[in-house]
Order: sequence, then C-alpha cells, then structure tokens
Amino acid sequence: MSNPQNLTYSKEHEWLTAVEDGVATIGITAFAADALGDVVYVDLPEVGRTIAAGETVGELESTKSVSDLYTPASGEVVEVNQAVIDDPALVNSSPFEDGWLFKLRLEGEPEGLLSADEYTAHTGG
Amino acid sequence: MSLRLTALDAVHRALGATMTDFAGWDMPLRYGSEREEHNAVRTKAGLFDLSHMGEITVSGPQAGEMLDHALVGFVSALAVHKARYTMICAADGGILDDLIVYRTGEDEFMVVANASNAPLVLDELRARVEGFDAAVRDDRDAYALIAVQGPDSPAILGSLTDADLPGLKYYTCLPAVVAGRPALLARTGYTGEDGFELFVAPADAEALWQALTEAGASYGLIPCGLSCRDTLRLEAGMPLYGHELNTSLTPFDAGLGRVVRFDKTTNDGEFVGRAALEKAAEQAAAHPPRVLVGLVSPGRRVPRAEMNVVDAEGTVIGSITSGAPSPTLGKPIAMAYVDATHATPGAQVAVDVRGTHEPVEVVALPFYKRAR
Repeated sequence: MSNPQNLTYSKEHEWLTAVEDGVATIGITAFAADALGDVVYVDLPEVGRTIAAGETVGELESTKSVSDLYTPASGEVVEVNQAVIDDPALVNSSPFEDGWLFKLRLEGEPEGLLSADEYTAHTGG
Repeated sequence: MSLRLTALDAVHRALGATMTDFAGWDMPLRYGSEREEHNAVRTKAGLFDLSHMGEITVSGPQAGEMLDHALVGFVSALAVHKARYTMICAADGGILDDLIVYRTGEDEFMVVANASNAPLVLDELRARVEGFDAAVRDDRDAYALIAVQGPDSPAILGSLTDADLPGLKYYTCLPAVVAGRPALLARTGYTGEDGFELFVAPADAEALWQALTEAGASYGLIPCGLSCRDTLRLEAGMPLYGHELNTSLTPFDAGLGRVVRFDKTTNDGEFVGRAALEKAAEQAAAHPPRVLVGLVSPGRRVPRAEMNVVDAEGTVIGSITSGAPSPTLGKPIAMAYVDATHATPGAQVAVDVRGTHEPVEVVALPFYKRAR
C-alpha cells in the first residue's frame, strides 16, 4: 500500500494529518500494521492528557507481539477512535483512514517528520 | 550465518509471505492474516511447509531396541506404520526434545525432531547407538515436509491419491503416491484438527504443494504460516519445546509422565534417564511441583511467555510459557506453570502484564477440542 501524499510521517511509523483548527489526527502506517500482523488490542491515551513528542502513549497488541505507541507530536489528546478500540482489526484493514488512533490539539510545530516519499524511502520502499 | 531455505522457498516468496528466522530456517510466518489462516484450519483446511523439522532414520536389526534405550517410550512395541509421541531425555531426566517416532518398516524408524534440537538429537542418537546393531542416518535434507490440516483435509488429499485414507488412522503412516509423486503419508499434526503430514523428496515438494493448492481451492484451503501453527497448537494444549518443555524439566514436571514407559521389556528395562525419571515420578506424586495449566483472560491484554502469574496478594505463584489471543475463543489464552495450590480449574489468579495485574481463570487443558 502506498503512503498518502497528504500526510507526514515519523520514523516510528506514525502518520499525522495536516492541522485543521489546531487539531491533527494520528495513526500508524500500513507498513507498521503489516509488520505487527493482526492487531487484537489497542491501548490509547486518555482524552485530556497532554503528551510530548516521542513519548510512549499507548500500546498495540497483535497475535505475536505487543508494541509501544509513540506520539509524533506534542499536545493535548482531544479524541480517541472508539471504533478502533471496539474493532482493532481496523488498524490492519484501513490504517490511514478508519483505523486512525487519536486526535491531538498541537502545541508548537511538529519536528523531524518525513514526507510521504521520504517515509517510503525510510521503509525501504 | 545465512538462513537455510526450504524446497518451497520460491513458492512462499511468490505468495508474498512474511518470512521469519525460525531455528536458522527462513520460514513463512504468515501469508496474509494469521487469524484467517487459523480459522481456515479450524473450519476448512490449511497448507503448511514444515520442512524445517528434523528427520532422523534409525535402521537395523536392533533399531527398536536402540530407540527403547535412547528414548523414554516403548518404541520397539510399535507395529509397523504406527507412530508415537515421545521424548528424549538426558541422564538427569531433563527433556532434550519431544519427538514423533514413525515405524516405517520392520527394521526402520523415522524420528522427527524439532528444528532447533535436531543437531543435538542427532548427536545423542549417534552416541546412544553404540553397542546396538543399528545405524543412525541424518535425513534432514532427504525430506521436505508438507502438512494439510483441517476438517476438509481428507477430501482434499483423497482427490489426489488412491491410498486408503479412511483406513489411515490417527498416528499411523503409509507410503503412498500423491499426485503422481511418492510420499510417506502420516495422519499426524500439531493443530488439534484432523490432518496429514507428507514427507516427500525436496524435488517433488513444489509439484505437491501446487497440486494440493489446486485440489483444495474449492474447499477454501489456504497456505498457512508458523504464526497460526502456534495459536492452533496452543488452543489444542500441545506443548512447544523451549516454552512448555526444556532441559530443566522432566516429562513428569510437564504433566507428560505417561510418555515414560518404565514397563518396557527390552534392554532389561534400562534406558537413558531411567533412575532420575523414577525419582521424578515419585516426587511428582508426593510433592506436586508447579503444574502446567491453561489460563483464560476475560480482558483483552494478552499474557505472554515469561510474564509472572500472581495471586490476590500479588505474590508470584507461576510463570507463563505461551500466550496469545485465541481466534477460536475470542479472548486471550495462555499456558503457565503455577504452584499446585493454584492449579485447580476455576482458580482465580492474575498475570502481571507490564505492571498491571490482569485477572485470569485457571482452566483445564486443552482450550479447544475438535468434535469427532
């Protein structure tokens, strides 16, 4: 699956939408979802929590392993995706859309993120 | 060191498999969704490449006596074409590997070892053959191993062979011709389902894989990787060496004392590990050590190998050996060694999942048993 051009990416395989009214949506990439295998459980940060870029804010559990979820940007969590909590398989079936994880009211400009092409190169694509 | 490739490597790559290093072999972990692969084996059929397993042939007039000496089972008592689950132990009773032994002829047996232990098993058998009129042969490169597992596997395989599959009972084997190629057919597996394992010449593996794929297409057979093999065997309560079994445990510690046959009549009843195993049997009866149990979680976080099992006070009472989200049960399951006082089905304990004590219930193994 190709990485959408309208998103920016972290080296830890999260994606971030363009900011709208100060809020960006965050998820994990198709590359990461595929590497995890079938996701069976997602633990997301609480709404209202303030998180800092690079911080561990949750976890993603798959059949074979559990992985930490990092935030690619700093800010306040304003919404989490209840649909993906109820049906974690959305992370695999629709990583860039229905499988989004949380929304963040950004504090400052995110740093060190990659363009779609740079991320594709980073993942050896 | 470069990974060893099976005879089906090109097939896996063409199918887009996610590969993994398993005991030095480059093996398919999954082709698509491991849950779909798991469910296919439970409800239809799945096709596996298990060529990493280690085949060792023991032949000669005293092959049976030699294996009675070398292994804990009563191997010479097997009828021709019968198979048995058994173990090879060290002199101190520790489990070196769990094995399946097939009696392929009057004077010939095939021992199938786990990939990771095959070199050790081979060395041990070569040492233990001394004094017997028998020969140990490394046949690891002589066979590719293809498994077709699941309720539709008899119909799929039956469409490719004239062999008497209804007459081929569980844990028996039969030389046969499948899709025009010679194969040793065995009704064995590691999934908890009906199924077959085909020991074939590596040069025939690809043709047989394709024939089974085509014959199985209308039944919903799909290729399956080692990831679902692990969840299938876990649901079926089958031990995996390195997890439930290791050199510091005897078969009695693992609740598998039944594989140790003190009643064997060959070699005056002597076999490697006998004295230590007799002590282990007595100790297991008098002071039960930790007991291998099943755990089921009502939550969603998954107990994993090496996590601690704790009681209500948070005291460590056991350790997880394997754990996974169970596709069939729809919740996390695990196997664990726990103190005997907490091993009764229904006991409420907890697992320390990264600092959080997740409640789990002790259940009898297996988690899943197929309807017969």
